[in-house]
Amino acid sequence: MAEPLLSIRDLHTHFDTKAGIVKAVNGVSFDVAPGEILGLVGESGSGKSITGFSILGLIQQPGRIVGGSIRFAGEELVGAETTRLRQLRGRDIAMIFQDPMMTLNPVLRIDTQIVEAILAHENVGRAVALGRARDALAKVGIPSPEERLKAYPHQFSGGMRQRVAIAIALLHRPRLIICDEPTTALDVTIQAQIIHEMRLLCQEQGTALIWITHDLAVVDSLADRLCVMYAGRIVEQGPAGAVIAEPAHPYTRGLIDSIPSRNSRGARLKQIPGMAPSPLALPAGCPFRPRCSYADDACLNEPSSIGVGAGRDARCVHPLVARVPA
Amino acid sequence: MLVFIIRRLMQSALVLFAVSVVVFVGIYAIGNPADILLPDDATEQERDHAIANLGLDKPLPVQYGIFLGNAVQGDLGSSFVFNIPSIDLILSRMPATLELAFCALVVALVLGIPLGLLAGLRPGSLLDRTIVTGSILGFSLPNFWQGLMLIMIFSVTLGWVPSSGRGETGSIFGLETSLATWDGIHHLLLPAINLSLFKLSLLIRLTRAGVRETMPLDFITFARAKGLSETRIVGVHVLKTILVPIITVLGMELGSVIAFATVTETIFAWPGMGKLIIDSINHLDRPVVVAYLMVVTLMFILINLVVDVLYSILDPRVRLQGIA
Repeated sequence: MAEPLLSIRDLHTHFDTKAGIVKAVNGVSFDVAPGEILGLVGESGSGKSITGFSILGLIQQPGRIVGGSIRFAGEELVGAETTRLRQLRGRDIAMIFQDPMMTLNPVLRIDTQIVEAILAHENVGRAVALGRARDALAKVGIPSPEERLKAYPHQFSGGMRQRVAIAIALLHRPRLIICDEPTTALDVTIQAQIIHEMRLLCQEQGTALIWITHDLAVVDSLADRLCVMYAGRIVEQGPAGAVIAEPAHPYTRGLIDSIPSRNSRGARLKQIPGMAPSPLALPAGCPFRPRCSYADDACLNEPSSIGVGAGRDARCVHPLVARVPA
Repeated sequence: MLVFIIRRLMQSALVLFAVSVVVFVGIYAIGNPADILLPDDATEQERDHAIANLGLDKPLPVQYGIFLGNAVQGDLGSSFVFNIPSIDLILSRMPATLELAFCALVVALVLGIPLGLLAGLRPGSLLDRTIVTGSILGFSLPNFWQGLMLIMIFSVTLGWVPSSGRGETGSIFGLETSLATWDGIHHLLLPAINLSLFKLSLLIRLTRAGVRETMPLDFITFARAKGLSETRIVGVHVLKTILVPIITVLGMELGSVIAFATVTETIFAWPGMGKLIIDSINHLDRPVVVAYLMVVTLMFILINLVVDVLYSILDPRVRLQGIA
């Protein structure tokens, strides 16, 4: 693999709450190559969104990054100056959020919100910025962009608003876009359109994507590689095709089995028994142990990451595919 | 929008009519002005003459009918005490009150919004707790007591500013105002601060609550993710969002500041409308009391209208329809 664009090592992001320390991200490591699409998959509360926010330095009190390293194009972001992070945000690393109804400020016009994003990083005149804003809207397929610039967010549908958010993310041709469930709040047909267009636009600009989702079916067609998160850890990662065809971790297996498919019509949908553990009281050893049908005494010790094939590893004592020493 | 405003103005006429009935009947019930206006040694003949002159001999509905007939022609009656049109009397006192209210509001805005922002951006900090505690004092200490304390400290003990009156006035753009002279500003300081303290506390509270509600919202995080500076986020995204509730409350408060500056005006002997209404009630000067309340009602109606129009400018989701 080429020099990674983003390299995260042993990232820990914790929240100090009254009930105790929530270890939302608890030792996450992964790389993203330039132009690569990485799917970051997990249930709600597995720490995938917090990982995304950590990269941009957008963790709010009472949360903070307590350890580890995030290197972007060779530059360490953990502990970087606020002003430096602000320069990177939007220009080199952009982010798209889950709920398009909430990401645009309802009291500011679309042109204001796009132009301010341009002016935050470039010293251009207002007229030039407006022209670029119009082009950006046209690029993401918004009809009559000239008029739409003057509109307010509530005059757009959810799908259109997400397109505006994507247009803003693409403004500075960032090298990395973090997409936090960007299609979850949209209709299925719009979902497919947006995913298709995002992929085209990123290919065009050579942008790498981190696609955060709980929906394996979405990343299946989109991602080059997958990271599966559980309770603040990455339990399995590898090329998307291989992971989905032949999961190594029982949790990944469970996730795949719980996708409804046309072939199993009428059959009862499989589900993973139990619930994701409270981040305040993680079980000792493997956090998935209480829900896992393969668990035994060996799982009482925290499993370390083992190689399970080309570019693949899993955190499991009983991997479902043969071990391959790295 | 135009339809909305026209409808609103037509409704106001109804409101004014209703208020006039209530006020007229209410003031009629308080007592007979003749008892206060006439000297004790007045003869029966003089009494009857005076009462007939003031139109007090007629039954209530007739008196009201005469009042209403004159009112629609713009004549709200003449003061029993000063014998000049009551509306002139009120308008002559209005600039002093408006000036006081305006200054109090400016003080509240200029201090309240920044203090509220500071507190809201650092919740739980020492600064936040200090500001919030201060605003509790502003809320809960009675206005008249605050006024007396201000006089005690700044006029009596320190002797920095005078305690009563309006001082020398000058004119700016043809308006007679205390703001034109140093002496006037000196006189204005204490009453303006006294009148502003409650609004100031209210604004601090409102701004702080608004900031705390707005900061965790997605669009603020998205604005950060765009790489905007913190100044732009707070100054544009947060401020414009919280302006809607602030304008609402401010609009209502502006009306009450103008109408009920009474306490402050009485303490500081400020020659405004508030002092006039208290004096007029004491003298049972019916036309002045009625006219004053009509003017105040009209003022409330107009302020509310302005606030509604401001809404639609500040919050694009609000569009004024023909309905009210």
